[in-house]
Order: sequence, then C-alpha cells, then structure tokens
Amino acid sequence: MTSLFDLRVPQRIVFCVATCCLLTLLIVSESLAQVDTFEFDTIEQQQRFRQLSNELRCPQCQNANLTGSTGGIAEDLRREVHRMIMEGMTNEEIEQFMFERYGDFIFYRPRLRAETILLWFGPLIFLIIGGFVAYSISRRASNVPDADIELDSSQQARLKEILGPDQS
Amino acid sequence: MNRFKYFIPVVAFLALAVTLWRGLYLNPKELPSVLIDKPMPAFAMNTIDGETVSNTDLPDQIFLLNVWGSYCLPCLVEHPTLMRLSEEGDIPVVGINYKDRDDLALDWLETNGNPFSYSIYDAEGRLGIDLGVYGAPETYLVDANGVIRYRHVAVLDETVWENDFEPAIAELKAETPQ
Repeated sequence: MTSLFDLRVPQRIVFCVATCCLLTLLIVSESLAQVDTFEFDTIEQQQRFRQLSNELRCPQCQNANLTGSTGGIAEDLRREVHRMIMEGMTNEEIEQFMFERYGDFIFYRPRLRAETILLWFGPLIFLIIGGFVAYSISRRASNVPDADIELDSSQQARLKEILGPDQS
Repeated sequence: MNRFKYFIPVVAFLALAVTLWRGLYLNPKELPSVLIDKPMPAFAMNTIDGETVSNTDLPDQIFLLNVWGSYCLPCLVEHPTLMRLSEEGDIPVVGINYKDRDDLALDWLETNGNPFSYSIYDAEGRLGIDLGVYGAPETYLVDANGVIRYRHVAVLDETVWENDFEPAIAELKAETPQ
C-alpha cells in the first residue's frame, strides 16, 4: 500500500495539483446548479417544473436555461412557472404565457411558424442542394464517353516510349 | 453563358460570406419584442411614493416608459437624456422602478434628479415579466391610446434618441395628428 508520502516530490506535487483541480471542478459544478426551494403538492408537479425550467431559455443570459441560470430574470421566471403550476395551468398554457411575453427566443425548441420555418427547414434545404450537386457531379464523371479518353497516334507513341520496348 | 456556371460557387460563397459577416455585427442581446403594437399590460400597483397607479393613470399622449433601478449603472448613463426630455416637457417619462427597494430608489432620485412623472414600484418584477423586460434599462415608446409602439433595450443616449426615437415619434405623430 503506497501512501502519498511514499511518492517522490514531483509526483506528489502533480498528485496534489490534480486533486485540487478535481475538487474545484466539483465545487463549481455544484454551485452552478440552482437549488430548488419551491414546494410542490405532488411529484408530478415537481417533474413538470424541472422539465419546463430545463426547456425554457433565460432571456438575459442567452445560452442558459432557467434551471442553470443565476440571472435575476431567470429567478423570477422560475417563480412564475412554479406559481402557474400550483394554479393548475397546463404546460401548453405556461408556454403560451412565456411566448406572449418573450417570443420565440424563450424556447430552446422554437415553435413551427412562418418566422421560424427557415430555422427548421434551412438545413434540410442546404442538404438537398448539396446532395443534388454531388449527384450531378458523380453522374457527369461516370458519363464521360470512352472515345474521349482514347489517345491519338502521337500520344500512343509517347506512351510506348515511357513504357519501354517490351510492352505493346 | 456556359462559362457563367463556373462562377456560381464563387457568387454563392460571396453571398454567404457577406451574410455571415453582417451577422457578426448584429447585437444578439437585442431580442425582438412581441409586445410591439399590443396594448400596455393591465396593472394596478403603487408608485415608489406609495400612491396607487393603474392603466388609467397613464398619460393620454405619446410617452416613454423607462425601466430603471438604483443598482443599474447604465441607467446613470442615460439619465441626462431623460432629464433633458422631462425638462423640455414634450414627451412625459413614466418610470418603472424594477426589482429595487423603494428607499434606495428615492435616494437615487434625490441624488441624481427625477426625470419621471412617477415611478411604478415593481419590486418583484411582475409588471416587468408582463412587458417582456429582462433587465434595466429598457425603454418603451407608448402612443396616446396606450399601445406599445417601440422598444429599446440598453442605454438610451442622445445618439439612440436621434436615430431611433425621433423618427419613431415623428411617424406616430404623422398618423395621429394631435
């Protein structure tokens, strides 16, 4: 059984630094998760709260959901989500409430509307264009007639010269 | 004509490059407001002076609704512009004291000057959520019928006033002669 003190000094330093890094990581990730201080009547309500807070984006911090954000507005919106769940509103009603105030931005998965249609199908359109280009290039490559790659007499002579007299 | 097709990839590349280049200069913090052309949300609250205030107390003319707080440094930056507007008196400025403490808010107004007709006391940010506010300062332009017509996120300085608000106000005045 080797203890930390059996290790030589450089190894000991590496070990200590690594341990510190790991501890820091643990502490940081611990403090990033927001602590739920809300009370629910049922587990189902709590699960709906978690799900909604995970799927709604914090309008202030841009790339964090309500669960992961410490921003003041995220805190307020979590409180609103809790209030609406306790008042018996459905997920659709809560999402509509958020949409009427913050628009498409509030959803990580935006609704399919005229304004968001390019967002939803843009990649597909580019994929189709790319596929079409790739297809037409490969078709053209396989359609080159054999006659075009036949050599004329001077090229034949040069080929023979390169390959040497034994080949014909 | 046949030779033109060799330029298609170049043209496509240039179009994409220009689009993305422009995208670099867009401000991702400026979210489009869904409340444009919608009436002010209904509210019945107190001012920071403790008087009751609701939709019927809003000015019957074009006015600004400015979201501010004593903790908010950018609010100090736009403060001179709001002071100038309130001294000129053409466009009243109504404040929303957003997620603040009323004593701190009153101190702030006493120290820096008060450009607001009154400030609605929104300590919990409820009215802010109804307006789609996500942080002070934000400024809304509301018309005589109480309909929100324009919204500006972040500092409202003289440049923003000239470039964004003056044209918007001129447009409003043109459609409803007062």
